[in-house]
Amino acid sequence: MIPAPFDYVRPSTVDEAVQALAAAGEDAKVLAGGQSLLPVLRMRLAAPTTLVDLGRVAELRGVREDGDTLVIGAMTTHYDVQRDALVAEHAALLKGATDTVADPQIRHRGTLGGAIAHADPAGDLLAPVLALDASLVVAGPSGRRTVPAADFFRDLFTTALAPDELLVEIRIPKHTGWRAHYEKFNRVTQAWSMVAVAVTVRTEAGVIEEARVALTNMGSTPVRASGVESALVGVQASADSIAAAASHAAEGTNPPVDGNADVEYRRHLAKVLTGRAIAAAAGA
Amino acid sequence: MTATIEPEVGKSRRRKEDERLITGRTRWTDNITLPGLLHMAILRSPFAHAKIVSIDTSAAKSASGVIAVYTAQDLDPDGAIGMPCAWPITPEMKAPRRPVLAAGTVNFAGEGVAVVVARSSAEAHDALEEIDVEYDELPVILDLEAAIADGAPLVHEDLGTNTSAVWKFDSAEAGTGGNVEDAISSSEVVLKRRFRQQRLVPAFMEPRACVVDPTSTQITMWSATQVPHILRVMSALTLGIPEHKLRVIAPDVGGGFGGKIGVLPEEMMSLLVAQKLGKPVKWNETRSETMLAAHHGRDQIQDITISATRDGRVTGLKVELLANLGAYNGLVGPGVPILGAFMFNAIYKIPAYHFACTNVYTTTTLTDAYRGAGRPEATFAIERIMDELAVELGVDPLELREKNWIKHEEFPFTTVCGLTYDSGNYEAATEKAKQLFDYDGLRAEQEKRRASKDKVQLGIGISTFTEMCGLAPSRVLGSLDMGAGGWEYASIRMLPTGKVEVTTGASAHGQGHETAWSQIVADQLGVAFEDVEILHGDTQSSHKGLDTYGSRSLVVGGIAIVKAAEKVVAKAKPIAAHLLECAEDDLEFAGGKFTVKGTGTSTTMGDVALATFFAHNLPDGVEPSLDSDATFDPENFSFPHGTHLCAAEVDTETGRIKLRSYVCVDDVGVAVNPLIVEGQVHGGLAQGIAQALFEGTEHDESGTLTTGTFADYLLPSAADLPSFTTDRTETPSTTNPLGAKGVGEAGTIASTPAVVNAVIDAVRPFGVNDIEMPLTPMRVWHAIQHGTTDAGGPGRDEAGGGLGSIDATGGAQ
Repeated sequence: MIPAPFDYVRPSTVDEAVQALAAAGEDAKVLAGGQSLLPVLRMRLAAPTTLVDLGRVAELRGVREDGDTLVIGAMTTHYDVQRDALVAEHAALLKGATDTVADPQIRHRGTLGGAIAHADPAGDLLAPVLALDASLVVAGPSGRRTVPAADFFRDLFTTALAPDELLVEIRIPKHTGWRAHYEKFNRVTQAWSMVAVAVTVRTEAGVIEEARVALTNMGSTPVRASGVESALVGVQASADSIAAAASHAAEGTNPPVDGNADVEYRRHLAKVLTGRAIAAAAGA
Repeated sequence: MTATIEPEVGKSRRRKEDERLITGRTRWTDNITLPGLLHMAILRSPFAHAKIVSIDTSAAKSASGVIAVYTAQDLDPDGAIGMPCAWPITPEMKAPRRPVLAAGTVNFAGEGVAVVVARSSAEAHDALEEIDVEYDELPVILDLEAAIADGAPLVHEDLGTNTSAVWKFDSAEAGTGGNVEDAISSSEVVLKRRFRQQRLVPAFMEPRACVVDPTSTQITMWSATQVPHILRVMSALTLGIPEHKLRVIAPDVGGGFGGKIGVLPEEMMSLLVAQKLGKPVKWNETRSETMLAAHHGRDQIQDITISATRDGRVTGLKVELLANLGAYNGLVGPGVPILGAFMFNAIYKIPAYHFACTNVYTTTTLTDAYRGAGRPEATFAIERIMDELAVELGVDPLELREKNWIKHEEFPFTTVCGLTYDSGNYEAATEKAKQLFDYDGLRAEQEKRRASKDKVQLGIGISTFTEMCGLAPSRVLGSLDMGAGGWEYASIRMLPTGKVEVTTGASAHGQGHETAWSQIVADQLGVAFEDVEILHGDTQSSHKGLDTYGSRSLVVGGIAIVKAAEKVVAKAKPIAAHLLECAEDDLEFAGGKFTVKGTGTSTTMGDVALATFFAHNLPDGVEPSLDSDATFDPENFSFPHGTHLCAAEVDTETGRIKLRSYVCVDDVGVAVNPLIVEGQVHGGLAQGIAQALFEGTEHDESGTLTTGTFADYLLPSAADLPSFTTDRTETPSTTNPLGAKGVGEAGTIASTPAVVNAVIDAVRPFGVNDIEMPLTPMRVWHAIQHGTTDAGGPGRDEAGGGLGSIDATGGAQ
């Protein structure tokens, strides 16, 4: 199928983009990498009147340091995130998760900001961003504001972004030296996660000092497995201690039901995958 | 100077067609563009069953670029056109008229309701949204057993039932074997199982398309079809177009797998619309339209009963099928389950056999042929139940098979179905497969993992299959009420410059016929492989044939080529003798040369062709032509066989299956091109494994297809499959001069039960004896949780559960 007709605007700066969004009104849509949006348009599941293409807004691309914070421009592609030395050093979890996204062709065009703004609960980058306690910087007609990840993801495909706002930056507190693992479970290669678990830990002499655990596709938004996190603090990583902690993984979750998994199976997978992710991250 | 020319047959030649097919630099139907071409888009019903109260096309008619909007009322006001079904399997078969566009009622979600014709495809699709249809919903019928229950709502009111036909075969009645009820009641061991063959969607890479040009002396139709010849005659019969005024062309076609065997409402619509407007029209579809509107495959409920002696000899087999036709009969849909009727006994000497199939209508997309067409269903059932029987008897599943299979010395063997298998060597294929697979080593590993209660369990799955392909001896088709013959045609033309033009009635859509046929002709006529051109797919040039399906093209079409080539040589001989001034009997023909025996005097086929063209010096009474044709009707089906072994690891914590290794040793007789054979096996394995683990349609309770795109209808890629170990034994067929057997469907037929058997084998200690396909991780995990016994239950090495061993569906999810 082909999309319904739309107007097309291609700004060169963030300010121009914000103005274009405001001018276009409620039925405008931002085009980042297009890897989620274009199929939606082609199947006519949505018919925005205007597309605002951020592809030429250079200031939205790139990774930089800002003191204790890693700052990633919203239009940085998955490919660039995968290869960035700063990301590898200070946010290993994000690199690990990005490695599992789709396929190389999609990773060359898809963007971190686009994925976050799209907020598909089965998307792989939301849980890592939540686990890393990221903040999202949003630009609108009245200026910029910063939203913690925990407040950003509201519901299925729904974020704190207003219709006239743009996600411009992802700010991640440095987790330098933390070990990480993203455990993804799907039915065929390159398919969406049925359930996935993002784990990053700070260990000292085999003891887990701090842990962050977040789940993909266990609800309408990514979910922090805080029960698991508390159960891991001060724990010597071993098969038993990890299993005990992982048993909390499904607490407080409201997992979706689909052809691939029912509630019971998703809850079970969450526990098993959490155990595996912790073991991989903590080196147990 | 006489170099030994290597035979072409047997060479793993790279294919002539691949460069253009792989790069796409060719003409697919959707690439065809003509001056003034108009585009068609079809409005399809969102409801599975509804009365059409009204259709308002007025807004659509005035939409941008729209030339016309038609409904059934416009294209077929008398309701006289019915889509053809060429296989009425019984005289009493009840069949509804299938209209080109829905007339009064829609009977499946996806049925065409109206067609827009516009200057561009985009405008045609946009105008669909302007058509206003009012529907009155009717009850939806999805479940097979519910459909045949008393008081079930009817798909087609006028039929008075949802049962289309019941087809039976009984060996006692046929005189080919014993009475199965006697066998069952007198046997020490009786096992019953219910298996579900899920519905599949043939996922050929190129969606369907059709272009009709009515502006010339003949109407030309291009279509992405497997069956241009059948399409031509059926279109003529269905629409009353004079056959000699209709030309059908299958250009390069991007895969079919049975899914492009059909006479489509979209093709008939294109012919009607093009004639009505006097302008060329094109119809094409997106993938989501293919998923909905192209025919589906499989979809059976199988109740299987097997009886045996305690020491492992099978005494009887009873098969009862419920087959889902969908809402209508496809071109050969009713006959698909029947094609499997003679294959449930498979490679085994089973003394008594009974088969009964009930074809049922439901409010779903119609089903028809899909790779294997009836035989994968049969092979699945028998190979699964043989594994179940092995567990029941406490014997190794390979040993059980060997005890019952036809021995090499017993060929040719007439089975309990009355088919005569010409040749085979199950022992050799199995021995080779076992070695390549390290069967004993893997069994030892399996034991270790069971003993240590390893979280990852290992299972070994077996499938020893045969199949009946090379469709088909025409008389047999007649006896089965199939409305066509099974012959194939070839003609060979010797061009003056020594090149050769061959027309074949086979219609390749990826099989590599151009290469394999060139190899055959090169050997037969002694010409260079590069000097042979194969023409196919256009009824104007390859004017006669019965097209490609059922693994028939080599063993029927290829033999027609051999026979035509023999005639060419026979025509050339007297001319050669005349040129060489000798007697015909003094000549021998080898390596493309006619040589006077015992001398070095010779003339080439090319010389003879040129001399024939000049006709200056031909013997009296000889036509100045070497061109010859042949129509070949096979005397029997083709019976390839093979042994497939699959090692599957099951992660019992998640249910995820990993195929550790897959070995198959197939016997397709003499292989014309081993590379092509291997390619067919690989592709067949991928599709068969896909049925076991990945593919399967889902409908919601309103009859809407929820697996409407590849996001939900899962196809494996190379990354999801193991590297296959393939090998062959070669037991020539005795029923054709090449000794060849068909291979196109073999991999698919064999692999599905090999994989499922492997997974069940892995988790049997948990009390599981069946899992419904596709074996998703969730289904496997649930089966492990809900097995009938705990890990102390009857394992592979213990004798079965006693009490007459009648076991229904314990463990199935």
